[in-house]
Amino acid sequence: MTETLFEALRLVVVVDYQLLAIVALSLRVSLSALAIGVLIGVPVGAAIAVQRFPGRGALIVVLNAMMGLPSVVVGVIVYLLLSRSGPFGEFGLLFSPAAMIFAQTLLVVPLIAAVSRQIVEDAWNDYAPELTLIGVRRWDAVVLLIADCRFSLSLAALAGLGRAMSEVGAVMIVGGNIDGFTRVMTTAIALETSKGNLALSIALGMVLICLILMLNALAYGLRCWALRRVG
Amino acid sequence: MANRIRSLMAGVGLGLGLTLAASLPLAAEETLVVASTTSTEQSGLFSWIIPRFEQASGIKVRIVAVGTGQAIDIGRRGDADVLLVHDREAEEKFVAEGFGTQRKDVMYNDFIFVGPKDDPARLAAAGGAQGAFKAIAASGQGFISRGDKSGTHAAELRLWKAAGIDPKALPGYKETGSGMGPTLNMAAAINAYTLADRATWGAFKNRRELVMVLDGDPALFNPYSVIPVNPARHPHVKARAAQQFSDWLTSDTGREAIASFRADGQQVFFPNSKK
Repeated sequence: MTETLFEALRLVVVVDYQLLAIVALSLRVSLSALAIGVLIGVPVGAAIAVQRFPGRGALIVVLNAMMGLPSVVVGVIVYLLLSRSGPFGEFGLLFSPAAMIFAQTLLVVPLIAAVSRQIVEDAWNDYAPELTLIGVRRWDAVVLLIADCRFSLSLAALAGLGRAMSEVGAVMIVGGNIDGFTRVMTTAIALETSKGNLALSIALGMVLICLILMLNALAYGLRCWALRRVG
Repeated sequence: MANRIRSLMAGVGLGLGLTLAASLPLAAEETLVVASTTSTEQSGLFSWIIPRFEQASGIKVRIVAVGTGQAIDIGRRGDADVLLVHDREAEEKFVAEGFGTQRKDVMYNDFIFVGPKDDPARLAAAGGAQGAFKAIAASGQGFISRGDKSGTHAAELRLWKAAGIDPKALPGYKETGSGMGPTLNMAAAINAYTLADRATWGAFKNRRELVMVLDGDPALFNPYSVIPVNPARHPHVKARAAQQFSDWLTSDTGREAIASFRADGQQVFFPNSKK
């Protein structure tokens, strides 16, 4: 175990160029998926929270269940969609970072939408009488409540980030774990484990956990700063 | 408030645009997608020979390392330009069905029996692959199978059949359904026998009590071939680059590159392409 710790420290201290490229790709893929996921998931979740329509209850159950969507299933579905023999084959996107972003987006959208739905619905339940009284229409209420709940909604985004950064099933299948092109932290860890390089796997795992910790610290700092500025 | 939301949206939109722009491929250099096996990747052979090919050809190679069964399926779907695999029967079927242009011998390595240090099933004295499988069956010792339709798995099943044994009926027989590395990890964890390729074993670090107990039977010969995917089936494949890769692997330079690779200090791949 001490040997593992030293290896992890060495990887961090002796800034390894290959490792940096892998970390950079992990960030690029997962943050892109997160950005798209927030843009789609938050408005969808907020709309479901405020609007009333037939089948709403069933939709909420499905959305909540999809928080547990198995990443390997999403991987296989995206693989079949993007394969040259699949419906979107002509774009040649399989085994590329774009395919990985697509797969992770499918994973984080339901998660962000489901968490946003609950947060916005709680706020709606608190403010609905007042908002209705002053004549705010429901679609305007969706926008207002998103703005009002922005700090709570950041938790939905962080949950999405955690899901994207930690999953291995989908990116392994649609990215192909190509050295120097689609290898990310999680697939590198899986590869080193299968080579019997357990110490290096754990070291890479520590680096990944530190990375997620740093991103969360950054988000927390940002939140404190924003709270002080705008209250 | 509305202004703040608008600027927030603009910020997110800008960030999104930038990340998407960064994701677009730079179309400057030619790339070749090679679907190959875990043994060639994990032994380190590719990191030895691919930079040499890239330098000689100016083509950037992307390796997708999976089991032979999956690699052939990737080729069949047109998701790779060329295959480097090891399952003669499946390869010939692939070419006969028109998915590949031409199959060429590249190199071979061999399968070895790996097992507990004290060799409780006495494989070392079994005299060959068939005898070894009979000894494992008779002794009731554990055997870990790949169970993933890889080239190694196909070879293992052929050998069981030749020995006249149905492995699924054995109490100690377990299928991992995964690559050579995870299978070796499991064999090491429960101290059982398994069939491995010499190259992956040579590069494998987590051996614990496992040693090589038997090798050298000609039945354990493991030949690899290169097959460019047929552009008549999949017009988008990079047929010229794939042919260049096939030609290079079977050239004098390619043969030398393969022969000079060492895993754990020994040669594990032997070029056998025809001159």
